[in-house]
Amino acid sequence: MTGGADRARGGETGGEPPRGPWRVGDRPAGSTGRLRRAVGLPRAARVLSTQTENGRTRSLVLGLRLGAEPGQFAMAWLPGLDEKPFSLAGDDPVVLTVAAVGPFSRAVCALRPGDTLWLRGPLGRGFEPAGTSHLLVGGGYGAAPLHFLAWRLADRGDRVTAVIGARTADDLLLVDALEATGAEVVVTTEDGSRGLTGLVTDAVGPMLAVDPPDTLYACGPHGMLAALEAMAAAAGVTAQLSWEAYMRCGVGLCGSCEHRGLLLCADGPVLRGGERAT
Amino acid sequence: MTEGRAPTDLSVTLAGVRLPGPLVLASGILGTHASLMARVARAGAGAVTAKSVGPHPRPGHPNPTCVDFGAGLLNAIGLAGPGAEAEVELLIETRAALRPMGVALIASVFADTADGFGRVTETVCRAEPDLVEINISCPNVASEMGEPFAASCPAAAAATAAARRASTVPVVVKLAPNVPDVGEIARAVVDAGADAICAINTMPGMLIDPESGQPVLANRSGGVSGAALLPIALNAVHRVAQVVDVPIIGTGGVACGEDVVAMLSAGATAVGVGSAVYREGPEAFERIDRELRDWLDARGTTIDAVRGRAHRRPVWPEPASVPPVPRHGAG
Repeated sequence: MTGGADRARGGETGGEPPRGPWRVGDRPAGSTGRLRRAVGLPRAARVLSTQTENGRTRSLVLGLRLGAEPGQFAMAWLPGLDEKPFSLAGDDPVVLTVAAVGPFSRAVCALRPGDTLWLRGPLGRGFEPAGTSHLLVGGGYGAAPLHFLAWRLADRGDRVTAVIGARTADDLLLVDALEATGAEVVVTTEDGSRGLTGLVTDAVGPMLAVDPPDTLYACGPHGMLAALEAMAAAAGVTAQLSWEAYMRCGVGLCGSCEHRGLLLCADGPVLRGGERAT
Repeated sequence: MTEGRAPTDLSVTLAGVRLPGPLVLASGILGTHASLMARVARAGAGAVTAKSVGPHPRPGHPNPTCVDFGAGLLNAIGLAGPGAEAEVELLIETRAALRPMGVALIASVFADTADGFGRVTETVCRAEPDLVEINISCPNVASEMGEPFAASCPAAAAATAAARRASTVPVVVKLAPNVPDVGEIARAVVDAGADAICAINTMPGMLIDPESGQPVLANRSGGVSGAALLPIALNAVHRVAQVVDVPIIGTGGVACGEDVVAMLSAGATAVGVGSAVYREGPEAFERIDRELRDWLDARGTTIDAVRGRAHRRPVWPEPASVPPVPRHGAG
């Protein structure tokens, strides 16, 4: 934030708290809902290290901490190229796991230690750990935020099981990293090249029946999330689902990321099972 | 506090259209889906303005398209949208959601020729909005459209006349702040048939990242909104109210009840809210509406009583019995 704006915030010198998004402090002065963090302009961050995760996915560790919760995301910017949302695979330091699927993500995957990537974040509403036994379910690129979540849950000393699925073994992501957090990891592949043959839902079904967790956290394609949402509801298990969105502004204003009357960049990406606009 | 008493009536009439409250969702904020506009209506808006649409679908600019610089926002979304033809269905769906709440729907259009304004106006009127807002002033599209109209009396008048001819509902013309005299443009569009004016759109601006030396927005320039725009907006509304008699939707940087009072005092009939949604979501409307209500109730006054006060000098009591002060130097 610019210094000028900070000086303009009279509330910090005492007296009546100022109102409005630029004149409130962190406490919502009379607002009915939660006041999201102001995110400000992009911040330059040094790439500290990179690691290949699979054929076209790399993780980048950046010299920055955002004070993020698992499930939140950041907008990553390369000046003159583009700016896109990436789920945080970790914070303090920031870790992004990026699949090279387009010109921008390819450029990000080509960054080397010492290069600069600009970030705005943390953005969105993340996972909120609830209970003491947790089931994390990730499909495709969904493993990244679950990795961040698994570390947080490990810090609590809770019991964590993760089901990670992909079409084929080469597409699996962050399995070793999740195991390193202490989680019990079950792998599924559609072609049977590793772990159980089938979809993540094939593994989750019996788990919900036999040994249901306190909370199910999921991240992956919409079809997978819809199926898990229904399964969790039927089993009476609380679900928190991270929905992917096409994001434009990323800060809750343009409406492009609408889903069930909610904004996935601001009300989400993590929504409770069955949650929709009231 | 006011238990047992009916809530203060904050309804206003804008070009013959009754709004249950004075707050209007500004165009470009959340106006892409019926569900989002309905959410804003439930939160207390008296009218919602849909996202501006043009003759053709537009992809909009790459990101970054909207950044918070601390005193407001800078945006260049690029008028992304499905085009007027596809918008009709969205407007119909929105209309249906808003109707039971009595909240008005304002469609918004832009084009690159005066005739184009006529055509897009005709198209969106098929959805039977309550008003149509003519966006002659969006600064985010190179020199293609918007810029020349908003800054030129004849061009603004031509676009307005075409829209007025084609429209089946009242026409609101949205003005740009970056002109030598916004009152002059207001006069021209009212003479050409504008039923109301929305003042103002965003102010052109730029932010540069110090590390790279590059503009932060992909479009390089963008529109400034939020708190930084409030004095510019109040000045424009005040000027427009001096020059024309049509109702004004005063828009720009309004974030709290007192800002609404200021806009009304400048001469606004209704008050647009957009960037205040940042950080709070649609619930910003609930808060601002409640703050306005509390402000009026605490003073036992009404919207009509505060409207236009900035054009009337206060009268201070004459001290009848105080002796005159001796002239300086008088012995």
